[in-house]
Amino acid sequence: MAETPHSPAVAIRDLKKIYRTEEGSKTALQDINLTIEKGDIYGIMGLSGAGKSTLVRCINGLEQFDEGSLLVNGNSISDLKPKELRGLRRRIGMIFQSFNLMPSRTVAGNVELPLLNTGLDKEARAKRVAELLELVELADKAENYPNELSGGQKQRVAIARALANEPDILLSDEATSALDPNTTKSILALLRQLHDSLGLTIVVITHQMSVIKQICNKVAVLDHGTIVEQGRVFDIFANPQAPLTQSFVATTSNLDKVNDLIAEHSPLIDTGKNGILLRMKYVSKEVSEPLVSHISRQFNIDANIVFGDIDVVDGSPLGGLVVVLNGQRDDILAAIDYLKNRNIGIEVLAS
Amino acid sequence: MTGLLSTWFPNVVTRLPEFFDSFVQTLIMLGVTGFISFIAATFLGVILTITQKGGLTPNPVVFNVIDKIVNLFRSIPFIILAAALVPVTRALVGTAIGTKGAIFPLIVGITPFFTRQIQSALSGVDPGFIEAAVSMGMSTPEIIFRVYLREGIPAIIRVTTITMVSLIGLTAIVGIVGGGGLGDFAIRYGYQRYMLDATYATIIVLVLLIGLIEFVGRLLVEITEH
Repeated sequence: MAETPHSPAVAIRDLKKIYRTEEGSKTALQDINLTIEKGDIYGIMGLSGAGKSTLVRCINGLEQFDEGSLLVNGNSISDLKPKELRGLRRRIGMIFQSFNLMPSRTVAGNVELPLLNTGLDKEARAKRVAELLELVELADKAENYPNELSGGQKQRVAIARALANEPDILLSDEATSALDPNTTKSILALLRQLHDSLGLTIVVITHQMSVIKQICNKVAVLDHGTIVEQGRVFDIFANPQAPLTQSFVATTSNLDKVNDLIAEHSPLIDTGKNGILLRMKYVSKEVSEPLVSHISRQFNIDANIVFGDIDVVDGSPLGGLVVVLNGQRDDILAAIDYLKNRNIGIEVLAS
Repeated sequence: MTGLLSTWFPNVVTRLPEFFDSFVQTLIMLGVTGFISFIAATFLGVILTITQKGGLTPNPVVFNVIDKIVNLFRSIPFIILAAALVPVTRALVGTAIGTKGAIFPLIVGITPFFTRQIQSALSGVDPGFIEAAVSMGMSTPEIIFRVYLREGIPAIIRVTTITMVSLIGLTAIVGIVGGGGLGDFAIRYGYQRYMLDATYATIIVLVLLIGLIEFVGRLLVEITEH
């Protein structure tokens, strides 16, 4: 297989997949155009049934497609002979929601499985298995059986197994969906760390926006088999365009809670005589100044933070604040102008 | 002990060597038939599993041919099948009677049932394991031996136990068509010559044998399941 050094990890052009059943055919994927660069942590997100699992299975040839092209490291998946395809699969690790560890084999046996028939002798395999278990911090569980492990430990073993043949791409199919929030965090942190240390390209399938937020740098949102939105995670979160994306983003932020407070006439958001209720949102990556204390000093106004929701996404703060500004009307308006010039999304909710 | 036995089983005690020989014949039929049909059924069960729709290497022609043949043989009552196979058996092993003549019809009789059992054992292997194996770049033979057959071991032991118990039933039936073994003993003495104790002695030995097979089967399942 030829590997062109500058080709993207995965390049998908006009991909279409149709499921044919006895009742008729159903389009599973359509007009899929996606470029995953080497080193990306690319999120593919959508509701269940949107086609994300099918799409990721096209990447390692577990599913065939009907039209379009799909290149992995410059190799067209559909043109590979069975043996070449198996060779490519060794270079693409995959982890699953249900872990899929072999219950009859120990942890070490599971990690060794993809190394059988690769030409490594027993000793070299044992050495590699030990390294991998060290990497996922499960060296002490080598002789245990999968059933004796917790969900998080099982997924770590699965990750070690997926990395056995030193792949450059890792496909993660809802890998954290069966795990509790803390375990999810630690698995995502491990993936992130592996990405950084091994230079892995990771494709993350998930229905949880929080997963995208935590580790991805790019995301594609899939709805009924088509991509409705794609781009850098920060941009998508800061400024979602498609209604589906907007509703996803809303689930990860509580800034909309203010609408409920307004409806309830809550005293929390009482603006007083001259006050203005504002929603400020970070929409650009270049904001890092202490804005609230700055405006209150410069414009001589009081800024009362009602609530806020700020997260760090892809290295930049994302989210916003709901504040009540009090003071001279002119000062307040000047402060708002100032904020707008600093690339802050401003929404006046009440005055 | 001997006194009690000759009171309860007078006709068996006087024919003890013959009874013992019959028991050995039954064991030989079970062992040889069990072994050969296990190989055949595992082979056919694997082929059915991988060639079925949605299998590893779907092949409707191969699947349907084997599937229909299995169904055909399953639908013929064993006693009729054994009689129908007499000319074939004679051509193959030279005789259609005795232990030697019984083994071929027993294999033909039990393999279709065994194949279905193995097939159901293999269908219990989580499709996720297969998908993981494919994604690792494993070839079809590797997946058959390293995943299907290995992960299916506890279920395969379970269905083999069931099949062996059914096979004991068949070995008794071949007794009717001159097959030898405990079934033959029970029919010749217990049924045809009204020596009821011969029948009861046979029942007791067979029940104990089935108990032993099930015990060993359970033990093996426990050892192999993790």
